[in-house]
Amino acid sequence: MKKAEEILNDVDLQSPKKEEQLFRKGTYCYSAPLKHQNYLGLPNPREWNPADLDWKLPKNWKEIILEGMAKLLKRHRSFRLFLDICVRCGACGDKCHFFLGTGDPNNMPVLRAELIRSVYKRYFTVSGRLFGELVGARELTEDVIKEWFYYFFQCTECRRCSVYCPYGIDTCEITMMVRELLNLVGCNIQWVVEPASNCFRTGNHLGVPPHAMKETFDFALDEIKDLTGLSVEAPINRKGAEILFVAPSADYFANPHWYTFLGYLMLFHEIGLDYTWSTYASEGGNFGLFHSSELMKRLNAKIYAEAKRLGVKWILGGECGHMWRVIHQYMDTMNGPADFLEVPVSPITGTRFEQAKSTKMVHISEFTADLIYNNKLRLDKTRNDRWVVTFHDSCNTARSMGLLEEPRYIIKKVCNNFYEMPENTIREKTFCCGSGAGLGADENLEMRLKGGFPRANAVKYVKEKHGVNMVACMCAIDKASLPQLLDYWVSGVEVCGVHELVGNALLMKGEKVREKNLRGEPLTD
Amino acid sequence: MPKATLGGIEIEIDEDGFIQEPEKWSKEVAEDLAKIEEAYPMGEDHWKVVNYLRDYYLKYEIAPPIRMLVKQTGMDLKKIYQLFPSGPAKGACKVAGLPKPTGCV
Repeated sequence: MKKAEEILNDVDLQSPKKEEQLFRKGTYCYSAPLKHQNYLGLPNPREWNPADLDWKLPKNWKEIILEGMAKLLKRHRSFRLFLDICVRCGACGDKCHFFLGTGDPNNMPVLRAELIRSVYKRYFTVSGRLFGELVGARELTEDVIKEWFYYFFQCTECRRCSVYCPYGIDTCEITMMVRELLNLVGCNIQWVVEPASNCFRTGNHLGVPPHAMKETFDFALDEIKDLTGLSVEAPINRKGAEILFVAPSADYFANPHWYTFLGYLMLFHEIGLDYTWSTYASEGGNFGLFHSSELMKRLNAKIYAEAKRLGVKWILGGECGHMWRVIHQYMDTMNGPADFLEVPVSPITGTRFEQAKSTKMVHISEFTADLIYNNKLRLDKTRNDRWVVTFHDSCNTARSMGLLEEPRYIIKKVCNNFYEMPENTIREKTFCCGSGAGLGADENLEMRLKGGFPRANAVKYVKEKHGVNMVACMCAIDKASLPQLLDYWVSGVEVCGVHELVGNALLMKGEKVREKNLRGEPLTD
Repeated sequence: MPKATLGGIEIEIDEDGFIQEPEKWSKEVAEDLAKIEEAYPMGEDHWKVVNYLRDYYLKYEIAPPIRMLVKQTGMDLKKIYQLFPSGPAKGACKVAGLPKPTGCV
């Protein structure tokens, strides 16, 4: 791995990259394995390698792309609109974390979009057909496809740029369109396709089969018993439960997600929630979002199907980022209306979650904030005293659903020490972790560290100013990527979920004196 | 798919050297993988981790959660990094012949 200074010196503001320089190890993701392409029934499946000159594109690739583009332009009015109305004002230019981290002009959202806008012009506008290059139109060649692959898998669909666009152009949607097109000619990445394929095979992205999930849950319950002395239950596939709970699978697999998982289980036990997990809908995330609308829809459908099968009244969702973009913006029209469910009402406080009346899905931070607001939880803040906490807004919960106050409200009720990062790096202006939208692959690490640099820089600021040593967040990709990112650029700052902090502070009926936090560390230094 | 000779036999591997034919794994394959992972020579503790991972994988078709690995082998993460410098997923799991996990990890 390169040293930090080398990565910073890499920033070259001078010249756009030539195609042949693009595919350098560390800066792109591997192609999807053939078996997973086949499992999902994706078009033009094959083994290929982005670093090779020959991408083995289907013979009629150009026709496929142009036909696909015509269809997308027809289906998504926003796509044509975004391509037509941009005036190149450049307000988005320095708002992209990948541009700030790489200095590559093609990572300015305006120029990233230009990579497809130029092709749109050539084939779908009169001026482009007539005047070609003079009006910024260009021919569709294999090099264009390679450039698309490189740069549109270098956008995390975080939508920070769209906050600053005076026209409200959503470059994320442009990225989504280009990824749909690349999919048509079989150009996909492993980190997106394999989790999606696993999700159909075992129920979740990680590929945890039901019996492994059960084993894992039993282990977690033992950990809670050691910690609190209490016997907690974690119902799975229980028909007739009031609520179905769906979380990202990394919560019950990876670190530091695991402690958030313990936090959920402890909270639900303490309030006596009538709920169930599911092995079929054992994934909140939806890597289909990073692939195509068809795949997103297929994956998302599992949640309602399972809610129906189990006969629950409504659905509670865990600390996941992009899951909430899918739920909040697409689920109701894609797979709804879920008229077999009821408008969610908290069985503990009686609060009716009006904002969730169409999807019937409530975010756990809304649920927990409501419990705290109604004094239903007994909390001991001092149990989180070893931490000086800041909050990283996950792109999707912040910008796609406006979940800005709830997590902060919870954190302030369970922690004594909380400090915000600078104003232009939080809330709707939050900086991405650099690994969203399926880019969290190891082979892409250098690019992820570059993309995550602005976020890390803001963490460094609050570490130096306030002694922050813990970044709380509500997204499994954040929990996976931030520890590595912060180790690299900042060091000495850990990462946790909001419900880990809740689990620490939660005073549970009949618990023994707690000496350790959920990580098994002493409560104070 | 590239191939490598490990433990005297040819095995398909992925770009990062994870074996793709788990049924061909053997102690000799593990030792050759350990050489690549700078975890050679393999001592008692290496084998304890690898055997635990292997047994879990055969039973559950996936690696165990890191927390479980740490608790059930009685070795903390620091120790596991000492044994396998690339860590539990990229180092230990690779030597044990497990596939690389993908998703929000």
